Amino acid sequence: MRGIRRAFPGVVALDGVDFTLRSGEVHALMGENGAGKSTLVKVLTGVHPRDAGEVRLNGSLIHPASPQDAQALGISTVYQEVNLIPGLSVAENIMLGRLPRRWGRIDWGAVNRRAEVAMGRLGLDLDVTQPVGSCSIAIQQMTAIARALDVQAKALILDEPTSSLDAQEAQNLFSVIRKLRDEGLGIVFITHFLGQVYDIADRITVLRNGKLVGEYETASLPRLELVARMMGRDPDEVAALESARPADAAKAEERKPFLSVRGLGRRGSIRPFDLDVAQGEVVGLAGLLGSGRTEAARLLFGADRAETGSVTAGGRSGAPGSCREAIAWGLGFCPEDRKAEGIVPNLSVRENIALALQARRGVLRRLSRKQQTEIADRYIRELNIVTPDAETPIRSLSGGNQQKALLARWLAADPRLLILDEPTRGIDVGAKFEVAKAIEELRAAGMAILFISSELEEVVRSCGRVAVLRDREKIGELAGPDVSAQGIMATIAGSQPKGSTEAEVRL
Amino acid sequence: MKRPAPRLITSSPPHLLMPLAALALVLLYDALTIPGFFHVEMRDGHLFGSLVDILNRGAPVLLLALGMTLVLSTGGVDLSVGAVMAITGAMAAGLIARPEGFVLAGLDLHGSAPAIVAVSLVAGLAAGLFNGALVAFADVQPIVATLILMVAGRGVAQLLTAGQIITFEHPGFQFLGSGFVAGLPFPVTVAVAMFLVTAALSRGTALGLFVEAVGDNPTASRFAGVNARMVKLLVYGFCGLCAGIAGLIGTADIKAADANNAGLYMELDAILAAAIGGTSLSGGRFYLSGTLVGALLLQTLTTTILTKGVPPVLTLVVKAAVVVAVCLLQSPKFRSVAGRRFRREAT
Amino acid sequence: MRRPPSQPSPSASRKGKEPLRFLNRSTFPFAATVLVFVLLYVAASLHYTGFSRPQVFLNLLADNAFVGVAAVGLTFVILTGGIDLSVGSAVGCGSIIIATLVEKQHVHPVIAILLVLAMGTTVGSGMGALIRYFDLPPFLVTLAGLFLYRGIGLLVSMESVSIMHPLFARLSMAGVPLGDAGSLQLSAIVFLLVVAVGIYLSRHTTFGRVTYAIGGSEQSALLMGLPVGRTKMGVYALSGFCSALASVVYAVYTSAGNANAGTGLELDAIAAVVVGGTLLSGGTGYVAGTLVGVLIFGVIQTAITFQGTLSSWWTKIAAGTLLLLFILLQRAMHRRAR
Repeated sequence: MRGIRRAFPGVVALDGVDFTLRSGEVHALMGENGAGKSTLVKVLTGVHPRDAGEVRLNGSLIHPASPQDAQALGISTVYQEVNLIPGLSVAENIMLGRLPRRWGRIDWGAVNRRAEVAMGRLGLDLDVTQPVGSCSIAIQQMTAIARALDVQAKALILDEPTSSLDAQEAQNLFSVIRKLRDEGLGIVFITHFLGQVYDIADRITVLRNGKLVGEYETASLPRLELVARMMGRDPDEVAALESARPADAAKAEERKPFLSVRGLGRRGSIRPFDLDVAQGEVVGLAGLLGSGRTEAARLLFGADRAETGSVTAGGRSGAPGSCREAIAWGLGFCPEDRKAEGIVPNLSVRENIALALQARRGVLRRLSRKQQTEIADRYIRELNIVTPDAETPIRSLSGGNQQKALLARWLAADPRLLILDEPTRGIDVGAKFEVAKAIEELRAAGMAILFISSELEEVVRSCGRVAVLRDREKIGELAGPDVSAQGIMATIAGSQPKGSTEAEVRL
Repeated sequence: MKRPAPRLITSSPPHLLMPLAALALVLLYDALTIPGFFHVEMRDGHLFGSLVDILNRGAPVLLLALGMTLVLSTGGVDLSVGAVMAITGAMAAGLIARPEGFVLAGLDLHGSAPAIVAVSLVAGLAAGLFNGALVAFADVQPIVATLILMVAGRGVAQLLTAGQIITFEHPGFQFLGSGFVAGLPFPVTVAVAMFLVTAALSRGTALGLFVEAVGDNPTASRFAGVNARMVKLLVYGFCGLCAGIAGLIGTADIKAADANNAGLYMELDAILAAAIGGTSLSGGRFYLSGTLVGALLLQTLTTTILTKGVPPVLTLVVKAAVVVAVCLLQSPKFRSVAGRRFRREAT
Repeated sequence: MRRPPSQPSPSASRKGKEPLRFLNRSTFPFAATVLVFVLLYVAASLHYTGFSRPQVFLNLLADNAFVGVAAVGLTFVILTGGIDLSVGSAVGCGSIIIATLVEKQHVHPVIAILLVLAMGTTVGSGMGALIRYFDLPPFLVTLAGLFLYRGIGLLVSMESVSIMHPLFARLSMAGVPLGDAGSLQLSAIVFLLVVAVGIYLSRHTTFGRVTYAIGGSEQSALLMGLPVGRTKMGVYALSGFCSALASVVYAVYTSAGNANAGTGLELDAIAAVVVGGTLLSGGTGYVAGTLVGVLIFGVIQTAITFQGTLSSWWTKIAAGTLLLLFILLQRAMHRRAR
């Protein structure tokens, strides 16, 4: 692929990206959220047309117009969410759409035989007539791969194939990938797990903000450098980076602890972790995308039910069984996916801001229209929310202003601990600054804040303490002077920076 | 994905414009073709005339539609309202005409009309809460959950009437169907009162906000701490109560309980009235005033067809067409296709 | 829940049958249905003298044939996760059209029947098209279909029309004698044939498999490049055809057409499909289950007739209760599967 460009209204998702996949190699495609990985894959597989650039397969130009088209050309994809039909058999899931027929009816014998051959190629011997829904995720993954390979595939794209697998299952998958590689297939491997990249990939292409950062041999790219590249830093710069520290960061011990988490965890979500947040403290959760940041927040807030561990907050302890319970404990949560989980699109800015406070007051103690308008107007002013008026449906606001309205929703409800999951994602610089300012003011006013962000500068600037996550577990905690972009990246990459608080690392 | 609606539909007041225009059109047609359609006269202190008749006949549909509007707004639907009407009607008729069985069961009301109404309405409320429990706590899809009562409800009603059409004479109870208050038929009074009650319940408390939030974005509402289960339980319960009142009015009007035909296919009228009034069938914003206009429009259509001497069954065909039209107007896919075509023709 | 991590090769699911292995998520409701039917049938046979006579069983098939034929078509719709509420009034509408054509217009019965079958398929395709192209909710579109059929039927004739044509008399008497067991009536034969064709379609054709795929996960089916839109339209056309055929069976069975016939039949049919083990959310179920579901309600109805003191409304209450139980069973299994 040469000079690929793809723009969506308002955004250039890919800008002049080159990507080369050789046969017989495993090529990792790396980048943070919004880097353009999925857009690149979608251009390659014909989901999106490209605006500029060319795609060549074995030297000849190709123009796949649909995933089926791409598949016919020999480019197959296995998506992150396994796209299978749970009620149908393994064999059928592999063969559906090209079921062999005899005298007009489906030849089930041939279906099952061919499916067994296809699974056999992946080194699996199992009953292909069982429903795929009753198989483990690992087997489902294999089924999806077998489906992708059944046609004469030349290139196989695996989009986060290991995100739901445990270590052993991932290793099994890797041995299959190696086998396919040795058969001459070119494999694109997308993952957020750094360790796995070094296990399996021959080469690495890093994207950031829709641009190509570079293409590297895995062996010649140290982990720290990879992390720096993904986060958009020059590794030499990182060493020289002066981190601006909140003046009172070291005084955490003096503050009254508010939240205390012990051994909170859930299978397939995040391994048990400990965390403390004091009043008037901003604690960061840092890690790459998919490292378990959001999962940790969801467990805390009762959005997912924890399987182990407990939370102590506001004098109560246990594991919150629902969001309402967590809110009653004094927690608030601004979710990462603003559109799907944050805004109520067709309701007005006023109603969106009043919602959490109203929910807290209950059905009967209704905030009058006047009270709602007062609250909404106040936050529109304070947070500088750009909207024609408080009665505008929130869906017509820009992303940054939606985000500020969501922040206002929680400020109005006055929680004692606020969890902010990527509050600055996809908003412009001005709005980012305002969000950061609001966080600092809240902290100063005594609120406890758990801050999740992919932007290292923001984490470093806002947080007195940072818990670092990788591959769905908490791997360390940095405090005081150790909170620096370099320290975080080094922790993620696996080496210990100077003076790291090893004692706090609990695995 | 919600797209901005075409201008024609969104210009202010957004939800009322289309149904009001349609209502005006039908009324205009009536005025031109039916002599004396707008004639209203006072007889024995009671108002009579086609318009009064529309209000009177439209009252049960409006009652059902009020509850249905809230249910639709949560992203659900209640298919059982017709069956619930049959249940409460049968209950009341049974209590009046055959109290023996109820007395044996420990329920002796001595023929008191308020007591009969109260007990029957409890049955309606219970039916609604049953639906609500299935939807809110067992997470059953609303269509499926309310289908159960739609099937079994008529059986329960027949059980109460022992399979017969129970006729009765009870002046106190009959007032519900044929009485007059301040010159207006009593059903109209009840419908207006319930309209106000619904408005007070939904807009005077935070219930309306919660209902809309839950229907528009369930996840966001959950994260904001809205108790979606309670909201749904309440709303389905209220819908059952509304259906109960409509059932009592229907029964009192004909002085009989017909378990097989009471409220048959009324659920569709209720859904239609709400949908015509601008309430989204996929949940979100609801408009009680729109529902009011929608119910009036439906009844005016029906009355027009009846008055014109067209076979009354034609209303069924007309309603089928209205259903499809309203669905298409609400369908984002249709709007985008139609919008594109419109724009292409304009250029 | 996921399996334990130590599963390098899927030992638990390796070839070789374990006892009761056939009982998985999709077959369990079906097995429960068969069990319920057997229990009901045995209990009724023990309780009522004469219930176990073969003719009683054969009549179960014949008496419920028109519900069953409609239910088979509906099964495909429900397998895609949709619903068709128009089947009941389609029976009424079809029967009155046949009767009127044959008796008033003196059209040959065969032509009348073919016309009605074509009409049902066309209306079904039309509803399917609205659902396919404009993403309209199936229950509203088919509710409109319900009204349309009922309205047209009543416009044709408000009164029930008897069919005197000799061919109908012959058809309604036709049957295959089964010796001592009695005879299998034509309507029962049609029912069984439709079930057989339904099983074949669902098991052995791409149309059938895509039907399951859409109900299992429409998103996945689209990504797999399956003909989702075409199949969606197809199931409503099939359901339209089946309900038209049901109206023919009804007309033959009663030798009459009645626009009000089949009121509430859609609910009986849905109940039979669900009790037959088909998930209302789509994706799992068996056409054979629908046959058993229809028979379960038939047994209940027959038992109530045998009892004499119980009244017919108990059928509806029993149907509702069974429906409730099966839906709660499905929910419980769904939750456990998550």
